[in-house]
Amino acid sequence: MTDVLAIADHRRGELRDVSYELVSAGRDLADATGGDLHLVVISGTVDAFAEKLNREGVDVVHTVDHGEEFNHDVYAQAIVQLYDAVSPQFLLAPNSVNGLDYAPAVANRLDLPLVTDTVDLEVDGDTLVATREMYGGKVETTVELTGERAAVTIRSAEWPAAGGTGEATIEAFDATIDEDAIGSTVTGFEEVAGGDVDIGDADVLVSVGRGIEEEENLELIHELADALGATVSSSRPIVDAGWLPKNRQVGQSGKVVTPDVYIAIGISGAVQHVAGMKGSDTIVAINTDPNAPIMDIADYAIHDDLFDVVPALIEEFR
Amino acid sequence: MMKVLVTVKEVATVEDEFEIEGTAIDERYLGADLNEWDDYAIEEAVQIAEAIGEDDVEVVTVTIGPEDCEQTIRQALAKGADRSIRVWDDALEDAELLDVGAKTAILAAVVEDEEPDLVLSGVQSGDDSFMATGVSLADAVGFQWAAVVNSLDLDTEAGVASVRRELEGGVEELTDVTLPAVLTIQTGINEPRYASLRGIRMAQRKELAVRGLDDLGLDSSVVAGDLRLTGMSVPESESDATVFTGGPEETASELAAILREKGVGQ
Ligand SMILES: Cc1cc2nc3c(=O)[nH]c(=O)nc-3n(C[C@H](O)[C@H](O)[C@H](O)COP(=O)(O)OP(=O)(O)OC[C@H]3O[C@@H](n4cnc5c(N)ncnc54)[C@H](O)[C@@H]3O)c2cc1C
Ligand SMILES: Nc1ncnc2c1ncn2[C@@H]1O[C@H](COP(=O)(O)O)[C@@H](O)[C@H]1O
Repeated sequence: MTDVLAIADHRRGELRDVSYELVSAGRDLADATGGDLHLVVISGTVDAFAEKLNREGVDVVHTVDHGEEFNHDVYAQAIVQLYDAVSPQFLLAPNSVNGLDYAPAVANRLDLPLVTDTVDLEVDGDTLVATREMYGGKVETTVELTGERAAVTIRSAEWPAAGGTGEATIEAFDATIDEDAIGSTVTGFEEVAGGDVDIGDADVLVSVGRGIEEEENLELIHELADALGATVSSSRPIVDAGWLPKNRQVGQSGKVVTPDVYIAIGISGAVQHVAGMKGSDTIVAINTDPNAPIMDIADYAIHDDLFDVVPALIEEFR
Repeated sequence: MMKVLVTVKEVATVEDEFEIEGTAIDERYLGADLNEWDDYAIEEAVQIAEAIGEDDVEVVTVTIGPEDCEQTIRQALAKGADRSIRVWDDALEDAELLDVGAKTAILAAVVEDEEPDLVLSGVQSGDDSFMATGVSLADAVGFQWAAVVNSLDLDTEAGVASVRRELEGGVEELTDVTLPAVLTIQTGINEPRYASLRGIRMAQRKELAVRGLDDLGLDSSVVAGDLRLTGMSVPESESDATVFTGGPEETASELAAILREKGVGQ
């Protein structure tokens, strides 16, 4: 009961990066408990996936060959059965959109305490100490789970991706999937429309967030972009409000951009936003809140009101 | 008659500058608001009622929260929900952190009482951000589910919700979910309305029932939870940003110089 069981994430034929990060997080936990690290990969080309997942530190890779794409009912059933077979102390899942579609159900079914979106994990005697954020990243909290077992989801890009080649045994796990209990069917996938502009191509992005307050204030941002010869992008709330089209959204569920210069104006820097722009060469933040998370990744910052700074900046480039 | 249950949370908001007292933010720096994601869930439920016919659909909200949050609940009523349930108890008063397991147990008892056809919850609560309550609840009550839904098309005849799940990287998954189901609603699925004056007036007359754990057939052990909040801190700033100081003219001019150096605006 000291083992760790981690669940790989894949989509449309590709393992997602978080799968290798789960190996690192899982190995650390297994070292702390003195147990083995088991991975499981469910659906898709499981044998090919298993080969790739056999990185340093993995002891066993279980494969569940059932269907092509993610289905949460198949995942939940397979994980519950494998959990009973392996009897791990910790169940590790990605805090991805799909992870969030099965991990809470699995935790409920197995009566496991659940802690989500963790950024750090430690084992202290019998206690799991997890670090996670609250209030949109304004504070970091530690939560302790004193129960013997737990289910945990990990935030992506917080652990390094495991490398090397492991010596794992690869075992097919014969899960019994009750087709009658499958209540949802994936009927297809769609890419969000490209539209007129590809913000991924821009060298300079002027990106606007909720700090802009009103739709008519966007004019100021367009003016700045014109003066700089830049393209306008935004955080999610601007697109949600319908002020800019979906193809302008930067972030986890929008576009990943890597411009030479990214100017974040009135954007707090929530993790789902940062996921889409942290690779920019130079990041500038204009925000009244000096503690906004965006400051952690900014190269240049102005802690001031955008309604004062942006007009002055436009003036500079006129 | 179709029934849609919406889980609604009042979330705590934090001012830019704040202080931490032990494992909580000092109350002086806290505000309260309707959870952003739940606002979209309420709107979706009200739009379903409007589309099918308001006499044929009942929209009920459920909130676990103290009396203080009734103002927030009334917002949902003002936007068109028919009635509300608020669950509270002395045992809850003392709980420092209501974890997903505890919320699931309480909300499951309400679902079993109300027997809705559809439950809409938010993808996450803006303060705790567990991102898990809806899916956990679905499993607890034996409903189907879908997480992170940004489009919903309901076929009540067939008892199927056709949804789009917003995956990472601009990809959407199209999924058919059998009812009864819990869907966790993502922002942007609709445009939440503002409550009208008439709505606000009507909300005062709508039912807001308060239930204790006893009423739901639960005992205070559900509150205990397995998670203990043991620490809270401001993340150490990793910022090594060059901060421009001074008035807007000064800061803008310094920033402009840097931008020009990088070839911007040339
Ligand atoms: C599953 C999921 C996927 C998501 N995907 C994305 C995504 O792809 N992209 C994305 O961006 N978000 C995404 N989000 C939402 C994300 O969590 C945040 O809610 C969002 O990024 C916040 O946007 P914001 O920074 O513009 O707004 P806020 O967080 O509200 O920040 C506004 C900022 O403006 C500042 N401000 C206010 N007034 C002024 C002023 N006058 N002058 C200067 N500064 C000012 C404030 O200090 C604050 O920092 C996702 C969330 C979930 C749950
Ligand atoms: N105290 C609560 N009362 C009612 N609903 C809640 C409560 N906490 C969470 N929820 C619902 O569960 C969703 C996800 O919350 P969470 O799992 O805490 O991030 C929220 O958007 C709400 O719809």
